[in-house]
Amino acid sequence: MKLKKEKLLELYATMQTIRQFESRIVDLYAKGEIPGLAHLYVGEEAVATGVCAALKDDDYITSTHRGHGHVIAKGAQLGPMMAELFGRRTGYCKGKGGSMHIADMNIGILGANGIAGGGLPIAVGAGWSAKWRGSDQVTAAFFGDGSSNNGTFHESLNLASLKKLPVIFVCENNLYGISVSQARHQPILDIASRAAGYNMPGVTVDGNDVLEVHQAAVKAVKRARVGEGPTLIECKTYRWRGHHGGDPNQGARYRTKDEIEVWIAKCPIHRLTAKLIKDKVATKNKLKTIDKEVLQKIDAAVEFAKVSEFPAADEIYEDVYV
Amino acid sequence: MAKMTMVQALNLALRQEMEKDDSVVVLGEDVGVDGGVFRVTDGLINQFGDQRVLDTPLAESGIVGMSIGMAAYGLKPVCEIQFSGFAYQNFHQIENHAARLRWRSQDRYHVPMVLRAPYGGGVRALEHHSESREAYWAHTPGLKMVIPSGPRNARGLLVSAIRDPDPVIFYEPKALYRAFREDVPEEEEIMAIGEPRCVRQGSDLTMISYGAMMRPTLEAAVELKEKDGVEAEVIDLLTISPLNEKILVESVKKTGRAVVIHEAPRSFGPGAEIVSRLMEKAFYYLEAPIERVTGYDIIIPLFSREKAYLPSVQRIIRSARKVLAA
Repeated sequence: MKLKKEKLLELYATMQTIRQFESRIVDLYAKGEIPGLAHLYVGEEAVATGVCAALKDDDYITSTHRGHGHVIAKGAQLGPMMAELFGRRTGYCKGKGGSMHIADMNIGILGANGIAGGGLPIAVGAGWSAKWRGSDQVTAAFFGDGSSNNGTFHESLNLASLKKLPVIFVCENNLYGISVSQARHQPILDIASRAAGYNMPGVTVDGNDVLEVHQAAVKAVKRARVGEGPTLIECKTYRWRGHHGGDPNQGARYRTKDEIEVWIAKCPIHRLTAKLIKDKVATKNKLKTIDKEVLQKIDAAVEFAKVSEFPAADEIYEDVYV
Repeated sequence: MAKMTMVQALNLALRQEMEKDDSVVVLGEDVGVDGGVFRVTDGLINQFGDQRVLDTPLAESGIVGMSIGMAAYGLKPVCEIQFSGFAYQNFHQIENHAARLRWRSQDRYHVPMVLRAPYGGGVRALEHHSESREAYWAHTPGLKMVIPSGPRNARGLLVSAIRDPDPVIFYEPKALYRAFREDVPEEEEIMAIGEPRCVRQGSDLTMISYGAMMRPTLEAAVELKEKDGVEAEVIDLLTISPLNEKILVESVKKTGRAVVIHEAPRSFGPGAEIVSRLMEKAFYYLEAPIERVTGYDIIIPLFSREKAYLPSVQRIIRSARKVLAA
């Protein structure tokens, strides 16, 4: 699949935005400016970027506890995102939800989700709605290797396949369910192999290769849009940091420094950078310019968050009942 | 006696019960290699091995269902649900099976399991990581619901919970995990389930609370004494269900006034049941309507407004003064 130059640079900018957003959170957390429990996406940028680039604005996603990458890739604004992390009323959940609950219905984000496996059946429901309304909208459900052991995985894949719903199940296999390695939490290597049990296509891709992810997503979206049903895409990747901001030493209790180093060497952004330069899509300088533009956007988002107010005390009563 | 945090005291209870009884097993997400996200199970896998300390997949329904099966057939599982807000996925197994097996099997099968879960606010976390929904379990016949308020009673109650022949939901106030230390004896110390304790004597007013709210409640009692000269009696429930109202009723008969404090949402919360019991058993002794100081009927908000949600010393004092003035 040949992508246009603009599209390739867009992929690069999105990945860079996610990386810089997450890196800034690390700084802000270290400085005590925002509370912990942010689950960072550093190292996994190619997955959200490759998948969301195959979606239209009115397509849906369900996200996870590690959701910043998904919502950035789907087009969320950085200001309200950052404001939510700061607990400000200009945030996506009016500063009452936080990192794991960012939702923006205007661009099809049905919500990040603090509960592992929680988003899968919601994606199936969105898929059913699209089919019932006769729209061609597709829903991508992001989840991790850990969630693939949860009952909701089985229930959702079965239902979606049975009803031939326009859903893409995107498994980010980052090799750990919190502290438990894949080898210690499931008896299989390729989660995509589970698709056979639901009579749907299952593919395993290199989750650190944004082009490979994108290609698989485009194929799955195409299938979904014409009513042929769901696909399971497993993206093999790795989270560089601990399970969340406060997980000591990047999870040193359950994984080795060497292992982390190996995966850092497979950085998805470096890989795309090398390819863009080699294929003469962009010069180093051009990419640096993009990096700087991203930096400015992150700075602006932090500034927006900082000058925003906290929600007023009586605002905590709002938005419970209609 | 060693000074311990609640985390250390709970760890001591688990370790000693596992040493005494081979049938005690620990299972849950990250309880093994990682020692639990709050480190309550730290070191257990090294001492007892991975056949008695099981790192499970992220599958709460499976964790609890498996515990029920273990318990029905001779083991004493202590499962950990990482945050109480993750427990709704296992609601089915607890409600439909753990709570009913004794009844359904004509008393042949007991379910001697413990479900431990950190609950409650005060740590600047998000929704599921901060909430206090003990009423779900207290409302379920067949379950016991225990909430300690300090390192020493946490240890004594957990030992009782592990030895109890019925399923015990054991909510640990995470705000208190490392908030303070207490003397905890190395030798065995048991605290019976179902026995609330009077932790401060008084004759003017009865304050009833449990878990993390004990601290603001006791602070309020001190301030009421200093500023208003009021002697408040403070009762720590420790066991939410089955609710033993005896000392609550006795206290209210003496004081004629009561305030109930909890961080769970207000409507249909534990306070509603406590007030009902007092109305049934001490109505003619009451001098004033009973006040409740609780969380609100909303999702617990993020850190910036968490304090507006959680009962504070000032809110408790305000309600106490209202009751005293009536």
